[in-house]
Amino acid sequence: MSKNSTVRKRGSLAAFLRHSSVPIMFIIICAICIPLSGLSPSYLVNEIVTRMGRNSFLIISLLIPIMAGMGLNFGMTLGAMAGEIGLILVSDWQIIGIPGMVLAMILSIPFSILLGLFCGKMLNKARGREMIASYIMSFFINGVYQLVVLYLMGSVIPIKHSSIKLPRGYGIRNTVSLLSMRQKLDNLIPLTIKGVKIPVATFLVVLVLCLFIVWFRRTKLGQDMRAVGQDMEVARDSGINVDRTRIISIVISTILAGFGMVIYLQNMGNIATYSSHSQIGMFCIATLLVGGASVDKASIGNVFLGVILFHLMFIVAPRAGAAITGDSMIGEYFRVFVSYAVITLALIMYETNKRKTKILEGERLKLEQMEEEAK
Amino acid sequence: MNETVTVKEKGSISGFVKSFGLPRLIIAAFLIVLLILSPFVGADLPSQITNIIARFSWNGILVLSMVPMVHSGCGLNFGLPLGIISGLLGATLSIEFGFTGGLSFVVAILIATPFALLLGSIYGWLLNRIKGGEMMIATYVGFSSVSFMCMMWLILPYKSPTMVWGLSGKGLRTTISLEGYYNQVLADFLRISIGKLTIPVGTLLFFAILALAIWAFLRTKTGTAMTAVGSNPSFARAAGINVDKIRLLSVIMSTWLGAVGILVYEQGFGFIQLYMAPFYMALPAVSAILIGGASVNKASITNVIIGTILFQGIVTMTPTVMNNLIKMDMSEVIRIIVSQGMILYALTRKTEVSK
Repeated sequence: MSKNSTVRKRGSLAAFLRHSSVPIMFIIICAICIPLSGLSPSYLVNEIVTRMGRNSFLIISLLIPIMAGMGLNFGMTLGAMAGEIGLILVSDWQIIGIPGMVLAMILSIPFSILLGLFCGKMLNKARGREMIASYIMSFFINGVYQLVVLYLMGSVIPIKHSSIKLPRGYGIRNTVSLLSMRQKLDNLIPLTIKGVKIPVATFLVVLVLCLFIVWFRRTKLGQDMRAVGQDMEVARDSGINVDRTRIISIVISTILAGFGMVIYLQNMGNIATYSSHSQIGMFCIATLLVGGASVDKASIGNVFLGVILFHLMFIVAPRAGAAITGDSMIGEYFRVFVSYAVITLALIMYETNKRKTKILEGERLKLEQMEEEAK
Repeated sequence: MNETVTVKEKGSISGFVKSFGLPRLIIAAFLIVLLILSPFVGADLPSQITNIIARFSWNGILVLSMVPMVHSGCGLNFGLPLGIISGLLGATLSIEFGFTGGLSFVVAILIATPFALLLGSIYGWLLNRIKGGEMMIATYVGFSSVSFMCMMWLILPYKSPTMVWGLSGKGLRTTISLEGYYNQVLADFLRISIGKLTIPVGTLLFFAILALAIWAFLRTKTGTAMTAVGSNPSFARAAGINVDKIRLLSVIMSTWLGAVGILVYEQGFGFIQLYMAPFYMALPAVSAILIGGASVNKASITNVIIGTILFQGIVTMTPTVMNNLIKMDMSEVIRIIVSQGMILYALTRKTEVSK
């Protein structure tokens, strides 16, 4: 009996180690790099808290498509672009502070819905390769975004203020200043504990979103999504409109990503019009995976653990790299490499697991058939 | 492939459109309109055509490297950067060892080969373990290897003064000029010049030889087996073909072609580009072969040739024509929309996903 339980315990420990190998690896990397970087703990805590406020909302937007079995939504970039368009329009209309942010979020909704619908429809056609399709989708829509922002804004879409226009008279400048709403949400409820500035209002917004996600999982729609994520055929047989459910999950994710981008950019204080969104999908996905999520399973806990570990690595890697090799570029490249390697690893693990279960399933069926024949 | 279909459905325009694909037709029509317009807007047609041919000769082999993997059902080779890295290692090592002129090109290919074989076998082994999810993982294998090599280019003990940073004396430069090495070696071989029109016959010949080799290979016993694995893996297994081995072979071939492809690209372009340069090199090659009429699991040499001409044609023609016509340089945006749109179109077609 006792032997049995130890065996089981050892088995579960091995399973635990396998499931959380990525976070453990990151804890080790951070443990090595922090002393080497020579950065003070208070600085690190400050940075992490800021980054947590900045990024959490964006990362949480990835959860719903994972629930619906559509994998990592590389198409969240679409929502980010919608958010940027909202912000550009608001800063042209010179609506400042929190009202500006809220208006930008509201403006982003129609764009997000439109892009989300398009993306969802396309992904339904590309079933089985949603991730690569959503990845290419982000590039494709980036082209359309450039067409709109670089050529149509100012020539077709009225832009009044020349401060955000390119000198040639149309198109938006490479950076749009958001000075009027810079960290307005973060500083709405000021709170400083032992020198660590805490963006209370931002955390409250994130908390509301977390509650929404928890609530959403329990709704009829949320249940449907989980059913679709588990097995599309079974879900279809039980009367769920699979295509529609999948599209809705992408639309929600896109809208949330749009809101998240507004929060992200109010913290940064300016928009890099043509590059802010391009890497955001990759970094958010890497962060989520570092937090211990996989392609088909992710929780809110993964988001926060991921932000802490990934951004800790992000802050200390260049300094640590410089300390070891005397060249700060090594650390820069190292953190880029780690971001990509983590995603690669997670994808490989997901695919091999999928295959393993499929083989097991096949063997089980074979056994059943043999038993059947033996009778 | 397309030819037979068209012949069969001659007469019905809609049938032709269906077999050729509407996006392809639009792209071809767009290029023809650009070519017709160019003399009227004051662009120099012969030099434009020279440009298209030159760019075709640079990129042809990179696009060709897609063919083996598509044939064996491994999908589009988004992992092309892996092959490119082998090529870059060959190029930099060849210069490091002090080879110059045409010889440095031959040596670069010779050095790149073992790297391509090694990386290709690891990559192929990996892709055999994750059948069905090849394309996404290939993309990220490419990205991680490029960013890994970014560190390596800094750390590896290169010494050649033409390649390392002048000031610190270590770490490779981002771009390395090939002047004095293998710049234009293939292009200068049998180069034909008629007025303003120049044709780099050597590079085209080199492409033709490799394309012919692939064409012939696909008709050998192993080549037929490769096609069988791609079109129906379970049938192929039943026929006694070792599916994993054939797939591995196709990945190694694609990687090696990628390595040679980047060397040919460099000899035309005149520079070696390191660090983040190989990052997005897979996407133009992928969209080129798709524009040429390939799909996720079907590709032929004809697709490669047509696709590369169409893609490079648009890339070269749009800036000049657009600039002269509407005084707006929209070429970059058009290029993104066309190429990514094409990949998206191909991914959303209903094709049997090989498992």
